[in-house]
Amino acid sequence: MSAFLTQPFTVVIIPFLGAVLIALAGDRDRLRDIIGWVTSIAFFLGVIAQVGPALEGAGREQRLWEMLPGLEIAFRIEPLGLIFALVAASLWLVATLYAQCYMKVLGYRHLGRFFACYAIALGAAAGIAFSANLLTLFIFYEVLSLSTYPLVAHSGTAAARNGARIYLGYLLATSIGLLLVGILWVWQAAGTLEFQQGGIIAGHVDPSWIPLLAGLFMFGIGKAALMPVHRWLPSAMVAPAPVSALLHAVAVVKAGVFTVLKVAVFVFGTDVLVETGAGIWISWVAAFTIVAASLIALRLEDLKARLAYSTVAQLNYIVLGAMVATPLAIIGAAMHIATHAVAKITLFFGAGAIQVAHDRKKIAELDGLGRAMPITFGAFAIGTLSIIGLPIFGGMWSKWYLVLGSMQIHQWVLVAALMASSLLNILYLLVIPIRAFFAPAAEGVPEHYSEAPWPLLVAMTITASGCVVLFFWPDPLFRLAAMLVPGGAP
Amino acid sequence: MNIGEWLPFSVLVPLIAAPVCALMPGRTGPWLLAFLGALTSLLIVAIALPVLWQGELSYPFGNWPPPIGIEYRIDAANGLVALLVAAVATFVLPWARIINNFEVPERQGIFYALFLLAFAGLMGITLTGDAFNVFVFLEISSLSTYALIAHGWDRRALLASFRYLIMGTVGATFVLIGIGFLYMMTGTLNMADLAERLPEVRDTTAVRAALAFIIVGLGLKLALFPLHLWLPNAYAYAPNFITVFLAATATKVALYVMLRFIFTIFGHDYSFFALPLTAVLLALAIAGMFAGSWVAMFQHNLKRMLAYSSVAQVGYMVLGIALATSAGLAAGLLHLFNHALMKGALFMALGTVFWRVGSVRIDDLSGIGREMPWTMTAFALAGLSLIGVPLTAGFVSKWYLIIAAMEAGQPWLVALIVITSLMAIYYIWRVVEAAWFTPAREARTPVSEAPLSLLVPLYVVVAANFWFGIDTRLSVGGAEAAARALLGGSP
Amino acid sequence: MAWLGHFNYWVVVILMMIGFYAVIARGNMVKKIMGLNLFQTSVFIMFISAGKIIGGSTPVLREGITVYSNPLPHVLILTAIVVGVATTAVGLALAVRILEAYGTIEEDELVDPPDQPADESHPGMPAGKGDTAA
Repeated sequence: MSAFLTQPFTVVIIPFLGAVLIALAGDRDRLRDIIGWVTSIAFFLGVIAQVGPALEGAGREQRLWEMLPGLEIAFRIEPLGLIFALVAASLWLVATLYAQCYMKVLGYRHLGRFFACYAIALGAAAGIAFSANLLTLFIFYEVLSLSTYPLVAHSGTAAARNGARIYLGYLLATSIGLLLVGILWVWQAAGTLEFQQGGIIAGHVDPSWIPLLAGLFMFGIGKAALMPVHRWLPSAMVAPAPVSALLHAVAVVKAGVFTVLKVAVFVFGTDVLVETGAGIWISWVAAFTIVAASLIALRLEDLKARLAYSTVAQLNYIVLGAMVATPLAIIGAAMHIATHAVAKITLFFGAGAIQVAHDRKKIAELDGLGRAMPITFGAFAIGTLSIIGLPIFGGMWSKWYLVLGSMQIHQWVLVAALMASSLLNILYLLVIPIRAFFAPAAEGVPEHYSEAPWPLLVAMTITASGCVVLFFWPDPLFRLAAMLVPGGAP
Repeated sequence: MNIGEWLPFSVLVPLIAAPVCALMPGRTGPWLLAFLGALTSLLIVAIALPVLWQGELSYPFGNWPPPIGIEYRIDAANGLVALLVAAVATFVLPWARIINNFEVPERQGIFYALFLLAFAGLMGITLTGDAFNVFVFLEISSLSTYALIAHGWDRRALLASFRYLIMGTVGATFVLIGIGFLYMMTGTLNMADLAERLPEVRDTTAVRAALAFIIVGLGLKLALFPLHLWLPNAYAYAPNFITVFLAATATKVALYVMLRFIFTIFGHDYSFFALPLTAVLLALAIAGMFAGSWVAMFQHNLKRMLAYSSVAQVGYMVLGIALATSAGLAAGLLHLFNHALMKGALFMALGTVFWRVGSVRIDDLSGIGREMPWTMTAFALAGLSLIGVPLTAGFVSKWYLIIAAMEAGQPWLVALIVITSLMAIYYIWRVVEAAWFTPAREARTPVSEAPLSLLVPLYVVVAANFWFGIDTRLSVGGAEAAARALLGGSP
Repeated sequence: MAWLGHFNYWVVVILMMIGFYAVIARGNMVKKIMGLNLFQTSVFIMFISAGKIIGGSTPVLREGITVYSNPLPHVLILTAIVVGVATTAVGLALAVRILEAYGTIEEDELVDPPDQPADESHPGMPAGKGDTAA
């Protein structure tokens, strides 16, 4: 029995069952909140139970069902998936605290539907993390797209509908139009979709076609927000803050870059990417996206929109790392999944808290607000510093390895792009807390202490301390990431 | 008695039940008889199915040995189609009772009698092994279908029915001409016998003309672009029950007959090499896929929208067949099966909405998702299957279709399939958005959710869409066995 | 004059084209049905004439006759004639119903506003009647 309880699929199914109960609870607030807590805690414990075996190199494997001949729905725990699942599960706990308070304070309705879809999205993320082959991954990838649509359109206003339409349009069109074609190509050529260390397509696809195939995958994984398929992410910002925080800074976007990494390492194989030059052209696109998105972010006045473009840039750090495909770059990319998630969720929590306490969205209106909301802006500053990659914050490690990895193959343009992005980060992100603390107060900003409700503050404090913890104890994360690379740590 | 001797009853029972039904008064009696007739057929076919997977069954009528008498010859290919027809009839009828009481309140005895005739006709076309018999059953089912479509309560149903009658009769007569040529050249009408004798005379104009006439005639029946003009109005204005039944079965049966002629009677080599059939069918299939999807995107009447989508989906099936490979044929047959499930569910959901609202115009349905959440959820789920989202039947058939196109060395077809799928996203999502995320029109009186007696049959069909997206043994196995049976018939 | 040897087929083709033309070009529904009839009949003639063997007798077993015409086409066409009659009947019935509903059976005069809300174009069913029917 206990063996059954810790199987990967059991973990994946927990949020789905929770979603059903949440939907049934509907508008009974207390009952629904309790179910929400039970679900997220059970999910967290389930993921934790997978860590031990995986660290010993014996991740659990579960074959569920043969859907088509030779194509199974199957799960396997491996280090990269575990990083993603751990990040999603632990931040879901924090986000539960945050979301339950936030949604009630702002008076949103239809909360049964909202929290049910929220839970389904997490279950789909876990399904992506644990999948053992491309088919299973693709199924959960689409579940994730569809389950987040109602969350983005939640308020039902014309703007929300429009944003949700762009969101779903981009995600479905890229996944069906490009990713599925790529998957079918691999299936037809290699005769398998199982993830394997070293890739499955070596020797099956003509090397001159591999750059095109890589393009199909990388642009097909719209959730990784490679330009020009990044437009859905800013559109998704019409959603309530908890959705932007957990889903569009963690679960959904990290599912995208996780898939990129997974495909790079286990489908293409790092050697193939390096030898055929397929990785390089995409890493250039990623570098372009990083700089371009940062420049766009610089000009945006809306706080959440600016954060969204910052996310686009940060996601492409990971795509870049995956495509450079040297061991250090892969490790850096894998670690960046965790470090960026913790930092960015802090920023979105902050943006939501500002909205709850003072209903402000424009950056110019935030001048001097730091003195009224010291905790919020303190956490915001920590998140920003971690994203820039300064020491004593976790973001430093992943950026360090990414830069080292790019240097290994002498791609100085990529290194320059990463550096330029750090500088731009200072300009468009760090400026926000600095002005909030030191600039003269904008119109209507109170001078006295006036903070958001305590659950929001607690949530932000936890994630902000997470940024620091990841700097001083990056070792477990590093060990997991290093297991991705053949031969372990370099 | 072995099962082969029971098989003719799957046609005879509904055929005999029809006149009885016509004489029955009231509503419950005719409905029950129709249901029992369909159920009997389904049971017979379902019991025979395991045998058909391995080989074929034959039943000579009146004990005349086959080339002389009429023979029923059933293998995996018509077994699959017959199962589909009987299953659709059986599972839709429980849903249809309330719907029909609303839309066809009077003289239901006649109505169900016509339905039984149409059903028997389709079963007969599917099971028979005699070319002329195909024509007779084709006309039995068509004539009753014209009358059924005319039962729609909007007066435009009459016009749609009349136009279908004209085009359908021309199509059937074309088939008759083709069969006549075949008979003149070979002196036989038995399909297996025809397949044996045709090679001797294959290089004559008459045989080529026969193939051309039959393809065009059946093309009309299966709504192959550009012969689809009768279909949108016929589907849009027929009673909802008839729309569901026709959309799920009629075009599929016509397609099966076409396959039988192309692969078994003329033979795969002849059909695809004597005539440029690949090029013609491929071009028409692609044109249908695009034209159908494109027009569907701009329809206000949702039944018409789905009807145009059917034109596009027929394009997918023909595309698979036009590849002229066994994988392509299997993919086409698989989509034939799966499409019946998705269109059945979509039209059932729309019919349920119509029953409450009295309209299927998209403007009238704004906000309906909150008033009839279960019905519209069913619509959305079936729509996902139409789009081809994983875990649904539609995904499986697209998967096989794309693989078949790749294996046939035509990767550019993949792009076309994908683009039309994206168009399907557009026209399905238009409905989802209108249903949930737009406020209800004030002129419309708010309605309440449909009762369980409508929802349960609806969800059975929706569940089938997911079942055959996850457990593909019956659908994929059946389609592959059917493809083998069809190709095996060619020398 | 070899082509005259197949004069029966020429008759068939001419009849068929006359019928087909009427189906396509005539706006009157009754004329369309007549055209359809002609179209079908030409095919019947094709079958029947193909079954005739020159010098053959009626297919009834008798003393002293060795060549018979082929009876099978007759049987087939008997069925097809029944089908044709039924088609005509259904077509005419529909024409009558169309006359009742529209007041005309001329194609050009049948105008329905394209896809109006159903309840406005036709006094059939008020919206929401499903509630009472249940």
